[in-house]
Formats: sequence, C-alpha cells, structure tokens
Amino acid sequence: MKSEGSNSRGNSYCLSGSLQTVLGWRYIPVIVATLVLIPVGTVMLSFLSPTGEIWQHLVETTLSRLLLNSFWLALGVATSSAVLGVSLAWFTAVYDFPGRKIFSWGLLLPLAFPAYVLAFVTLGLFDFTGPVQTSLRSWFGTEPFWFPNIRSRMGVIIVMTLAFYPYVYLLARNAFLTQGKRSLEAAQSLGLNSAQGFFKVALPMARPWIASGVMLVLMETLADFGTVAVFNYDTFTTAIYKAWFSMFSLSAASQLASLLIIIIFVLIVIEQKFRSRIRYAETKQSSRMAPIILTGWKSWAVAGFASATLFFAFLLPITQLFIWAIDSFAEEFNQRYLGFLWHSLTLSGLSALLICVISILMIYSVRRHPDMVSRMAVRIATIGYALPGVVLAVGIYIPLAWVDSWFSQMAMQLFSIETGFLFQGTFVVMLIAYMTRFMAVGYNPIDSAMQRVTFNIDEASMGLGVSGWGMLQKIHLPILKGGIFTAATLVFVDVMKEMPITLMTRPFGWDTLSVRIFEMTSEGEWEQAALPAVVLVLTGLIPIIMLTRQAEK
Amino acid sequence: MDTLLLEVAKISQSYSKKTVVNNLSFGLNKGAIGCLLGPSGCGKTTVLRCIAGFEPIVGGEVLLNGVKVSSSNFSLQPEKRHIGMVFQDYALFPHLTVISNIIFGLHYMSRTERSERAAEMLEIVGLKDVANNYPHELSGGQQQRVALARALAPKPDLLLLDEPFSNLDVNLRERLSLEVREILKNQGTTAILVTHDQNEAFAIADEIGVMQNGEIMQWDSAYNLYHRPTSRFVANFVGQGVFLSGKILDSSHVEIELGVLEAGISNQHASDKLFGEGCNVDVLIRPDDIVHDDKSSLKAKVLHKAFRGAEILYTLRLPKGSTALSLVPSHHNHAIGEDIGVKLEVDHVVAFGQITQ
Repeated sequence: MKSEGSNSRGNSYCLSGSLQTVLGWRYIPVIVATLVLIPVGTVMLSFLSPTGEIWQHLVETTLSRLLLNSFWLALGVATSSAVLGVSLAWFTAVYDFPGRKIFSWGLLLPLAFPAYVLAFVTLGLFDFTGPVQTSLRSWFGTEPFWFPNIRSRMGVIIVMTLAFYPYVYLLARNAFLTQGKRSLEAAQSLGLNSAQGFFKVALPMARPWIASGVMLVLMETLADFGTVAVFNYDTFTTAIYKAWFSMFSLSAASQLASLLIIIIFVLIVIEQKFRSRIRYAETKQSSRMAPIILTGWKSWAVAGFASATLFFAFLLPITQLFIWAIDSFAEEFNQRYLGFLWHSLTLSGLSALLICVISILMIYSVRRHPDMVSRMAVRIATIGYALPGVVLAVGIYIPLAWVDSWFSQMAMQLFSIETGFLFQGTFVVMLIAYMTRFMAVGYNPIDSAMQRVTFNIDEASMGLGVSGWGMLQKIHLPILKGGIFTAATLVFVDVMKEMPITLMTRPFGWDTLSVRIFEMTSEGEWEQAALPAVVLVLTGLIPIIMLTRQAEK
Repeated sequence: MDTLLLEVAKISQSYSKKTVVNNLSFGLNKGAIGCLLGPSGCGKTTVLRCIAGFEPIVGGEVLLNGVKVSSSNFSLQPEKRHIGMVFQDYALFPHLTVISNIIFGLHYMSRTERSERAAEMLEIVGLKDVANNYPHELSGGQQQRVALARALAPKPDLLLLDEPFSNLDVNLRERLSLEVREILKNQGTTAILVTHDQNEAFAIADEIGVMQNGEIMQWDSAYNLYHRPTSRFVANFVGQGVFLSGKILDSSHVEIELGVLEAGISNQHASDKLFGEGCNVDVLIRPDDIVHDDKSSLKAKVLHKAFRGAEILYTLRLPKGSTALSLVPSHHNHAIGEDIGVKLEVDHVVAFGQITQ
C-alpha cells in the first residue's frame, strides 16, 4: 500500500496518463470546439456562395422588414427588461417593504416559463376572443370599444420582457446585495441624498452586472423562435425556418443565418468585455447589512409594483394554463401525449448524460494540459449557448447531409450497396445540436466545482498515499457531485424547453412536448397546447428552486 | 479652545429586543481624536453608525455643535450632518479613478476649487503618482489612504473611522496609524476611531473609551487606562497583568505575598467600605511592576518565556504558588525551570474588592 503510494507520487498523474493513452483525451476540447466551429463555418461560408433566386427574392421583399423587426424587438426588450429588472433588484436588495422576502425569490419564478408558453397564454388571455376582452364586452354591453392590440410589436416586447427580465434582476440584485447599501452610505457620508446615491454610485457600480444581464436578454431575444412564431412577428429566426420548410431553400436559410450570426458575435464580444470588468469591480463582500425600512405610501407603492410584475409574469399565466390544462385533460391525456412526454424525457436525459460526460472529460483534459490550445478550445466549445437554435439546426444539418450523400455515393460506387441516409433524420443530428447549444450550461457548474479541488488538495491526498482512482473516488467525486447534479438538471430542463432545434431536426414521428406546443399554437389551439406546457413549466421550476436554495445558504 | 463638538447623551440602540448600545454617553472636544475600543460585538461600530446617522437610536440624543441630530423620534439625514466616514472595507467606488473618488464629495465646490482641493489631498496622503489609477490597481495601504483622502476632502466637522486598519498587515498598520494621526492633527480634524486593537488606539487617539456590552466602562487617556483602570474588565482588556490577592493594612499600605506595597491606593473605590483596614482585595500587577534583580532574596521559578527582542516576557511561579508576569531586558536570559530573583517596583496600587463567593 505504502509503496504504491510513493510510486504514484513520482508519476503524479498516473490515472490521467493511462486514460490518455486510451482516449487521447488531450484532444477532447479540440474535438468539441470543432463541433461548434463546423456549423458556424458552414453558415458563414454560405454567405460567400452564389446567391440563388430565393435569396434575391428575400432581399427584395422581406430583408429590410426582418432587420427592422429584429432591431425594434431587441431594443424594446433590452430597455424594458433593464428598467424592470434593475428597479426590482434595487428595491428587494436594499429596502424592506411588505412581502419583500417572498418577492426576492418570487420574482425569479417567470424563468420557469419558456417564453413561447408565456406568449401563447398571454395571447389567449388578451386576444379579441380571449376571456379578458370577452368579459369586458359583456360587462359594458356589446358595442365595440378600444383595447390595445396584443398581437403587435408592443405585445411581443411586453411578453418577452416579462419572460426575460429575471436575468437582469438576478445579476443586478447580486451586485446590489453585495455593495448596494454600503455604496449608498459612502455617498451619503459625502453629502449625497439617497436618490443621488443610487444614480451616481450604486447604478454605475453595478453597471457591469446589469450590462451582462441585458446582453443575456438580447441574445435570448435574438435567438427566440417560439415566441415570435406564436405572435406571427417575423424575425430572422422565423424567416430561416420558413426559408427551409416553406420555400425548401437551405441555402437561403443559411444565408439568413449568417447575418444573424454576425449580429450575435458582435454581442458576444461586448458581453465578454463586460464580464472581464466584473472581475475588477468585484469588491470584497462586505457583511450583509440590514435593509432600509420603507414606511407609508412608499412601501405600498413598491409592494404594488412588485406584485403587479409577479401577477402578470407568473400568477395570471400559470392560473390560466392550469385552467386550460384541466379543461382539456380528458381529451388530451392519451397515448399520444405520453409519447410526447416520453420523447422529451428521453432526449433531455440523453443530452444531460452526454453533456456531463463530455464536460468532465474536457475539464480533466484542461487540468492536465492547461495550455493555450486547450483553453481556447474550451472557450469555443462553450460559446454555443449564444448560437440561436435555428442557426445551429441549419449549420449542423447541411454538413451531415453532405456527409450522408458522399457516403452513400461511395457505398454505391464501391460496393453497390444502397445505404440510405445514415445521419439525416436520426438522433445524432439532434444530440450534436443540443450538445453544441447547451455545453456551457453543463460545463460551467462542473468547472466551478472543480475549482475547489486545488492542486494542493491533490498533492495533500497523494502525500497521504491516496492517488489515482482512489483519489478520484474519495476526493474528486464527492466534491464534484453537487456540480454534476446541477449541470445535469440545468441541461435536462433546457433541452425540455428547446423548440427550434427539436422542430427542425427531429426524426420522423419524434414529436416532443415543445413540438406539440408549436403545432397547436400555430393553429391557435391554446387549450390543447396547455397540457404539454404545464409539464415544461413544472420542470422549469426545478432549477429556480435550486437557485433560491443556494442563495439562502 | 475647548469647545464641545460632539455630545452623545445616554443613547440606546437595539436590534429586535437585543440591546446593542445601552445608555451610552461621551463627549468630544473640537480637534480631539477619540477612540472606542472593545472586543468584537461590544457595540462600538453601532455607536459610530448612530453618530453618522445610518442607524436610528431608540433613546438618548446625539448633538453636533450643540445641534440635535439624532433622538428617539428624529434623525437628520446622514448627508446633512457634515460627518465624514472611512469604512472598514474602504467602500471606494471601483468605477472611479483615485482622483474622481476624492472629488466625489466636493460637488458643492466650483470646478477649480475641486481640483485644487483634490490635488491638496493627494499631496497630503502622498498618492500623486496614482491619481488616475483605479482602486483595484492599488495596494491595501494605498486604498486606505484614498479612503481617508476622500473622507477628509469635504472638510467634515467630524471624521469617523470604522476599524480602518483591520485589512492591513501588522507592520503597515502601525506605520499607517501614526501617519493618520499626523494628518488628522495637521488638518485639525475631530475624529472618532473604532477598533479592537489597543495598539492602534494608543497610537492614534487622545482619549479612549473602553466598551463592553454596549456600555463605556472607562473614558480616559491611554496612560490612565493602563495604569489606573477603574474596573476589572478594563484592567484585563488593556495591557497584560495578573491579579494577586492582598490585604489592606492602612490607607497607604497593602500586603501581598511578595511583600508590603507602600503606595497610595488610587482608586475611586477607596472610599468604599470594602477598602477599609483588613479588607481582602485583588491587586493588579503589571509585567513592569515586577523587576528582575539577581541580588533579590525573593525567588520565582520561570514557567514560560517569550522572547520579544529587547525584552523577554517571563511567566513566573511565585513562592506561594500564584503566577505573575515580568518584563525583563533580554540579555537576562534564563532557562525555563530556573529560579530567578525578583523585586516589586510599584508606583501606585490598583486594587479591586475580592469577589465574594
């Protein structure tokens, strides 16, 4: 036992050494990075390829409208999410008012809704034939009266804001909790009142966090497919979908996608810049301080504001969703429904497993070889979260289709065998697409758990005669366990909610819950979309519960 | 000259029924540097925050220049008090450069006045070279100086310093505290420091209040706190020493096991009947009260020794079994277990009535 220990101390990473020869895992990050680069490259190359008639037609008819639509949507959602998220974060982090404790985590609940679910529920509620307008009409008589048109740009912006503001809220609240009140006091001791303190100190100090949150919102907005599809609001994502599935032009689809990618990359660069600033702005966490107690009308105004947000973003839609689900339960809950559920669970489970395994391999690979190549590869491998699902679907489908046709030609020529398609219409396309898109979701929690296993810990363990598999079992696994669990849960939930990749690359007959929702909502059948949506919302609650539990610790 | 700048009168503060500050009073003259010294959790920071106006008080009053700024039902906004504050974590604004941090509180001045004052402050704290750097680019000591400069720039009536040196290493702490005293004195600033470190308090403050459980046990000069503590807590908390039991012979003589002490019993309890003839008392013996003398017939055994450079602090067992401390020049190097000669050299006696069982 003892000699074994001292042997392995000499050859400190005998475990990774032996595994490396088997798997060649030095190259794993590079392989995963390539999987991200291929779809991006494919799509970008299409920009250079000769433009077809359909593209010409698109440029002449719809391109300027797409650009304008996307621009106004992005601007509207980003500004209103910033205002809503920052103000709610400030109130719940620094002040005390009735219900503050409940609001602090309650305001995160809208994250449980996939934006497209919130979209169809809101549309169903406030549309001309919806319960709100119908009952208003019946109360005030039958004559037509004015009601804001929910099927409008404003409607999409409101729905997306309610769905995405929690990103800003979460990050800004973090900043305000650690430094909000202290910075306010510092400003007051220098002669500023609390309003001046907020605008001159607290807000600028939290700027990197807020900007980071707004960037997330922007990326989600540009990547969104389901919400704009429900509202029939044409953006790049819906146009890409239509180019492929209505006009059957993959090249037009990928040319549109290349434009979207350029916009997204500009955002990524900006986002990374803000992230690096957070590191500088982060002060030592001062002890949490007692909140400032609000009294009188101010406290009720703040409580009312928070309640209204929570009501429209979560309580009202979830109530309506459950009412519809119960109404349609008898009709909808059948063998087919269980099929959707099974497909969703299988895909989510497989992706979670795949992403966790690959993340762990990448993490160990970087730990073993922390050089430039590995680090760059990991950064590229985890940047897929920024790529819209429709872009990935196109970018992965094209090269695989090409490989398929090349392979079947070769088989035909060499062996005269009819191979058919090997990849198209199989799981493989979907899983690769999911992996590309959600790698960061799984990688980050495991990586941050790994940060706690310092090299000193490894050396301490080896110094005590435990190395190799023993160290992995006794030291690494127990420390990583929590991170792996978090990673698996987050990936699982994200894949459940995912719509465009699933819609565009699923094998024939493999309808999932989100596909079902898409099909029902495109026909305006809100009630029939409710039952599958309930499952998505309930699973979406899991990570939020985990998040709030973590925050309480 | 001696005008009262700050008057804290019987203030109380409590968090959800737990009393943190209890009926506490003190005053500070213009230009003086006061200090609240006490173990963590004694409520000293809360007192500071009450004076600054960050926390309301439930009883008592705080007066600044004779004007009431806090009482149980009134609290002037912090920004209107002209009180500067140096926070424990400095609370520098990370998004602003050093010079912008310092200018921040000068919003009432004209542009030229502002840059003049900021330049002056940079000069005073010796940070001209890093004026355009950001706080995260500075060392801990430099950040501390920026915090001081920022707080002093608007010429506050009163400066509050909340554990200002606790994030610095020991060497820097000592040097910087002397430096800060010099700056405050040169500027004629009235200041209150809060700390748990008595060396820091001694280095900076003119007057020190030793706090325990939300009360000030003694408000005095450093010399008096060490040599004339009025309570066992202060005697224990400030400096080192032991209590030896003794018996009062008459108004100027106390007998302890090392002999009869001939010195005035300077203690406010002197009139107490516990201190009548024949009473048993505990006498405070500081390490400098026991002097090493090879010729002395009185012998004590060395139990521990701690080398301190110029001196060695010996822990001694006295002939009758009690222990005492003695500070001896370090060339008198004795081994543990050795018997060494000692004699008493006590200027005045500090005695407390024995706790009756």
